[in-house]
Amino acid sequence: MNITLFLEMAADAAPDRVGLVCDGKRWTYAELLSAARGAFELIEASDCDHVALLDESSEAAVIALFGAALAGVPYCPLNYRLPDTDLAALLGRIAPALVVGDEERVTRLADDRGHTIYAREDFTIAVQEASPTAEEREYDAEGGIAIQLFTSGTTAAPKAAILRHSNLLSYILGTVEFGSADEDDAALVSVPPYHIAGISALLSSIYSMRRIVMLPAFSPEAWLTLAEAEKVTNAFVVPTMLSRIIETLDKGMNADLSGLRAIAYGGGKMPLELIHRALDLFPETGFTNAYGLTETSSTVALLGPDEHREAHTSSDPKVRARLGSVGKPLPTVELEIRDEEGRPLPSGQPGEIYVRGEQVSGEYKERSVLDAQGWFPTRDAGYLDEDGYLFLSGRADDVIVRGGENISPGEIEDVLLGHPALADAAAVAVPSIEWGEAVGIAVVPREGHDAPSPEELRELIRARLRSSRVPDKVLVVKELPYNEMGKLLRREVKTLLST
Amino acid sequence: MKPGTKLKSAVCSTEVMVIRSAGGQIECGGAPMAETKPAEAGALSPEHSNGTLMGKRYVDADNKYELLCVKPGKGSLSVDGVPLSVKDAKPLPASD
Repeated sequence: MNITLFLEMAADAAPDRVGLVCDGKRWTYAELLSAARGAFELIEASDCDHVALLDESSEAAVIALFGAALAGVPYCPLNYRLPDTDLAALLGRIAPALVVGDEERVTRLADDRGHTIYAREDFTIAVQEASPTAEEREYDAEGGIAIQLFTSGTTAAPKAAILRHSNLLSYILGTVEFGSADEDDAALVSVPPYHIAGISALLSSIYSMRRIVMLPAFSPEAWLTLAEAEKVTNAFVVPTMLSRIIETLDKGMNADLSGLRAIAYGGGKMPLELIHRALDLFPETGFTNAYGLTETSSTVALLGPDEHREAHTSSDPKVRARLGSVGKPLPTVELEIRDEEGRPLPSGQPGEIYVRGEQVSGEYKERSVLDAQGWFPTRDAGYLDEDGYLFLSGRADDVIVRGGENISPGEIEDVLLGHPALADAAAVAVPSIEWGEAVGIAVVPREGHDAPSPEELRELIRARLRSSRVPDKVLVVKELPYNEMGKLLRREVKTLLST
Repeated sequence: MKPGTKLKSAVCSTEVMVIRSAGGQIECGGAPMAETKPAEAGALSPEHSNGTLMGKRYVDADNKYELLCVKPGKGSLSVDGVPLSVKDAKPLPASD
């Protein structure tokens, strides 16, 4: 099995149909396939172990993804927002790689690692020149590993999550009907290429033959302009993007979105106010909430358009509450809630979410975390209601998810504990309309010291970490709540911060 | 037959990818399918001539076999003479 099959089928069924638009350039399915075959030649000649992308979204993401698949080499898109030290470590772990994108950074950070580096434009030209004239080149049909994605690495070094061709094939065949899109359909892809949603969007769009309209870097203005210009019919956004799009419309920007039939969202918690607002603002649009993880090849549960409308207008509190759920598991996925001992829990009881299915990899380069029966512990907490709707209640291990970015409380607490006037500190998620979740901190001043001002603490975190780690809320307390085992009771800290 | 194996029809242009299979004989248009095409195309059996459709998945009643049509043709698919049918998949809303 090999995911290149998707592109081959699209190119077979409609070679001259436009499959992708990026920066005004249009690529047909036949051109994309030919470019991917050219990429295979470059990959083979470079003798690399991985194909990496260090760049914003562009046609190069599609070409590199399928070129790597043809060559039987894992495709490994990297987060270009990572600081130099973190990126250098990852570039070391995938060496030798064929890297497409930021030539300057790769050269500066990993010059001695044997990487083959192409700037985006050079790669796009080279793959077209390298494309074989004879169709009868032997391509890898076995598959093996298709994708290697580094997790955010909140507590330890980032883990390399692995998706096999068989996982992705099961996911796409189970959720998408081949060639089901109309010729005018277009999907606006604005999630970064190193996010699982950015990869599954490419695969789903190509298999359904829905034209991909790529937005290399998200801004609400650019999103609205492109959606109108390309008469976009489908889009996937993270909640933060939707919030900023609506804000921009509120400020008076005009955009004709009458063709926008479907908006799917996921990647973080959707504030209830925001989804109600969006449903009012786009009455003709179908909304789908998708829940999934990198390790599950994207979506494992979804709340569909009809369920959104029903919940939005219902007077039954139970039905209304479903807007805060992530819907029901896919028919091809099994899902259970389990307690800390791994025993299945009945509906209504919160616990850890476990999933099983052919699309679920649950595998890292170092080891698989599937249990003996093939179940994957997601480390997400949640419960199922009596009708089977899944409600999430955060990460099992308290990671703060701000606008789709995972933030470990530990890294913030470590910085705070370095302050001479602080004796103790806790960072937890606080609700945020803009980001879904944001950082809140509770700090305990040292005896004989005055508490530092909130501004001073924000500045400290901004300087030491990143702006996304800067707390929205700062609370000074006499002591933090601990249980008898000395474990910090984060839930109680959250309660303190929300009152 | 290994999942991922591509089989070609001996009587028409049909090609399938094996998703799942057991020990039986996979046929198209009444003739066994193989990884390579015969030099000369065989005759299409009228009993197995309903055709295959691109991108459709074909299954048997016991769900032991599943074939994805990657090139359509005039023959229809069967295992040991028993016709396969199109897998009935509920359409899901696009989620990514």
